[in-house]
Amino acid sequence: MSVAPPPKPPGGDSSKTPHGDSWTVRAREAAVGALPPEKLLPDGQPTYVASWIYIFGVATIAALVVIVGSGVILALKGPAWWHDTGVGHFFNSIHMWAVELFFFTMVIHLWGKYWMAAWRGGRARTWITGAVTFLIAIPAALTGYVSQQNFDAQWISTQAKDAMNSVGIGAFFNTTNFGQMYSWHILLFPIAVVALVVGHILLVRRHGVVPPFELEQRRS
Amino acid sequence: MAAVLASIVNLNEPAHVVHWHFFQMSVPNLLAIGVMLLVFVLALVLPFPGAARRRAAEAQAKR
Repeated sequence: MSVAPPPKPPGGDSSKTPHGDSWTVRAREAAVGALPPEKLLPDGQPTYVASWIYIFGVATIAALVVIVGSGVILALKGPAWWHDTGVGHFFNSIHMWAVELFFFTMVIHLWGKYWMAAWRGGRARTWITGAVTFLIAIPAALTGYVSQQNFDAQWISTQAKDAMNSVGIGAFFNTTNFGQMYSWHILLFPIAVVALVVGHILLVRRHGVVPPFELEQRRS
Repeated sequence: MAAVLASIVNLNEPAHVVHWHFFQMSVPNLLAIGVMLLVFVLALVLPFPGAARRRAAEAQAKR
């Protein structure tokens, strides 16, 4: 014996459904209202997006995917593997060069968006999440450099501790404490960066890619 | 073969540093910033494949 589902009201008005006041219904309707499927996964982009300057954002995301993927493998295998085996060296290098590429493309993306004034048209939150991602990515990289378990890490951590002490955060952000730095590097900072990037992408989908300045505005 | 695979600069020593008044930066970092600026300018001036066709189709549709 099966139970028939409750009838769907015309127009999708949740207030008339049996569970219309539940938080899941309200959350779903708010999410679909803010980002309907055709906006979340659009058929195409405006013509002005056909320019090389627009590819650096997606290149940054591609680099982030490689960073997270190679980082998961490094975390699973551990320092002895990434220092003492050929495959470990390879993944260590993949991780490091993906970070270089991540910053390289992210900074060019940032330059492009700055000169386009990409916060125009109600896109302030898109700009802010992007800028904050850049700021969070810097300590994410620093904690990676001090987690290498080699002389390079020792040198960087002892230099960086003075910088941390000079701004008053050395007591709870100790760059010479490997366990603390490693925790920040493989858990807290990645969660923050990935969450910000996801939020940034959803905001881009919601508000669209910023259009170029009008010709009249450029001349004035 | 080893000569082919070898780096064009000696990587087994500390990097050279450019130092001018308050400015101090390693040559590799300076090169990376220079390449970023170059890529940025190229991205602005190089034509994107298919862009002209898309603009022409859009202009045609507007008429």
